[in-house]
Amino acid sequence: MTTPRRLKAVDAVIIGYGWTGAILAKTLTDAGLSVVALERGPARDTSPDFEYPRIADELKYAIRGDLWQPLADETVTVRHTPNDVAAPYRKYGSFVLGNGVGGAGVHWNGQLWRASPEDLNLRSRVEQRYGKKFIPPDMTIQDYPVTFAELEPHFDHFEKVCGTSGVAGNLRGQIKIGGNPFEGARSDEFPTPALPAIYGAQLFEKAAAELGYKPFPTPAANSSIAYTNPYGVRLGPCNLCGFCERFGCFLYSKASPQTSILPILAGRTNLEVRTNSYVTRILLDNTGKIATGVLYIDENGREVEQPASLVVLSAFQMHNVRLLLLSKIGTPYDPASGKGVVGRNYAYQMCAQTTAFFSEDVEINPFIGAGAAGQRVIDEFNSDHFDHAQLGFIGGSLIYAGATGGRPIDQMLLPPGTPSWGKGWKAAIRKHYRHSAPMGTQGSVMAYRDRYLSLDPTYTDSHGLPLLRITFDWHPNEYKMAAYSTARMEEIVRAMKPQRQATILMRPGNSYDVRIYQSTHTTGGAIMGSNPSNSVINRYSQSWEVPNLFVYGASAFPQNIGYNPTGLLAGLAYFSAEKLKSAYLKSPGALVSA
Amino acid sequence: MEAAVPEFIDRQMELPYGHGSYFYMKGPFLPESPATLGYQLRFTPREIYRLGIEDASAAARAGYGADFARLEAARQDEFLAAMQTGHLAFRTVPAPVVFAQLLENTKEGYLADPIHGGNRDMVAWRWIGFPGARADFTDWIDQAGTQYPYGPVSIGGTQT
Repeated sequence: MTTPRRLKAVDAVIIGYGWTGAILAKTLTDAGLSVVALERGPARDTSPDFEYPRIADELKYAIRGDLWQPLADETVTVRHTPNDVAAPYRKYGSFVLGNGVGGAGVHWNGQLWRASPEDLNLRSRVEQRYGKKFIPPDMTIQDYPVTFAELEPHFDHFEKVCGTSGVAGNLRGQIKIGGNPFEGARSDEFPTPALPAIYGAQLFEKAAAELGYKPFPTPAANSSIAYTNPYGVRLGPCNLCGFCERFGCFLYSKASPQTSILPILAGRTNLEVRTNSYVTRILLDNTGKIATGVLYIDENGREVEQPASLVVLSAFQMHNVRLLLLSKIGTPYDPASGKGVVGRNYAYQMCAQTTAFFSEDVEINPFIGAGAAGQRVIDEFNSDHFDHAQLGFIGGSLIYAGATGGRPIDQMLLPPGTPSWGKGWKAAIRKHYRHSAPMGTQGSVMAYRDRYLSLDPTYTDSHGLPLLRITFDWHPNEYKMAAYSTARMEEIVRAMKPQRQATILMRPGNSYDVRIYQSTHTTGGAIMGSNPSNSVINRYSQSWEVPNLFVYGASAFPQNIGYNPTGLLAGLAYFSAEKLKSAYLKSPGALVSA
Repeated sequence: MEAAVPEFIDRQMELPYGHGSYFYMKGPFLPESPATLGYQLRFTPREIYRLGIEDASAAARAGYGADFARLEAARQDEFLAAMQTGHLAFRTVPAPVVFAQLLENTKEGYLADPIHGGNRDMVAWRWIGFPGARADFTDWIDQAGTQYPYGPVSIGGTQT
């Protein structure tokens, strides 16, 4: 065994250079610290990596996934129950993993949601409104140790950093027409106006309003105008190009670390970004209570030790959990006893889709679309915005309309019963391609005692380290939740008067299926909570176990929400960053007493 | 054929994709896993074709007395349907897996940008009305519901 090359110590090391890594790199370098950011993937920037026309290549980016983490080197394994043998996730399907500078923040859609206030105190809210018995015994949901009011200034700031387009629905307590009446009170308007609805979303908006709902534009980190953000970085207007999620944005419209934060960090002498650097362990001193730095494999394959006084773990949700387990930080969760915290409360989202098939005189133009801009949504059946008492489930879904594009390999909508090949298929793609519109639900998934993350006993990455193992399947609560919100979606689609409509929905008996893309909104495993027995990190994202380690990302969510996670995880990161500046950096140590 | 899909597939098989470099291919392999856990065979795309073509030829000769390529179109369709539904037994890679690989790559080759060798003259995009790599709809943001008037362009710059 060779000794790793030991580098000069720095004040802080950042593991993973996506959204939260960039937020913390700015915070810490602003404060004058010397910072090294380690990113497992390559350097990437709008130019040259996302340039038009090369980026408009569905096969390369949306099918092969050239911006994603190469599964050949590292994947995860999946099983449905703690008694099963897990099999590797060999090909992309259910979720996609980011890679490289910007992480998944490069190839997201830009759906920038805040959580609802009631999402953050879910357990106490449900107990209070419906009684303690309403929560099934195996459901391990818990409150966030932070409130909406505490996070609001940070949600607001991040929306501005991203040039977010939208319409306020609750401005300082006043309900505004055209926005989301269910949102928590916001301190300010969206920084840029919403784009008009694309046609499928227009039809949805009209039908939803006829049924008495309050449709509004999806909050979009797709800037609608030329906009300069609070850091002085400029974003450009979205042109609904149809190559959004799974692609980098060639127009500087979709917010990403590259378009929103990294330009101001580029010249900082106290920041060094090392790409193709794969962290294998967070190092601890002999007490096990202080992180001393990290061990990583550099771009030349050498093992390197980077000592640091502060460690920021800001990789993707799954990688955060895996690195904690590989570093033996915190007690791994044990589903048999319910004890241990690392890996606990893994959750996902349950989604459904209803497609409206129109006649050939209805021009949907499916290829005109963006990740979020131009879409319309209702929030009546999400979170605890409706009375669950008679429904027998917890949680809910967004119901939204608007395609992110009409890319023909992956986004071709055909009615059930269409032949999968031959003349019948060829005739059907011509008949339906331009005249079909998708609607979707995106629903919360609760946390359960038997759904968790751990290290796989068999499979390893290209360095010989154990892969992360996911133990996950749907529970009755989620089937009920999805059936209810999907029925509401189907009513709206009926009111859109298509020739025909068809729904894809998980029903009891359908197991979690890794082959079908559903959502990259995986959560939990390093959750935040009120004390070390129910969580890995405190309200400031600080490890209970190792106070000079901070963990960021959706790994912090105690259970999942019906919204996209980026707004919430960025809000939690900025909330933590403020505390780092005001307290921790002046006097390092535990910010919450255990 | 007119869309040059075979050329697309040939090219893909020489690329990292064909060699399985996009996939986690370490063992042990668990082919008996539930289908919902995804692909669990040890074969790369090009191995699926190599073994599948060999088995398909043998099955065609056994069932119809001729290679697949020499069968009339209706027999070929019948044979492909039997592959898809698993009514043909192949020796190594199961017939439905071979068929699924072929169908997936055929649709890719038909519908992808011509830069990858298929979709010749953007024939598929013209057929369905997809404008390809135009990727600029600023002027249509406020014209929802009206038919988009322009034909496709490709990454390489060809227009129709």
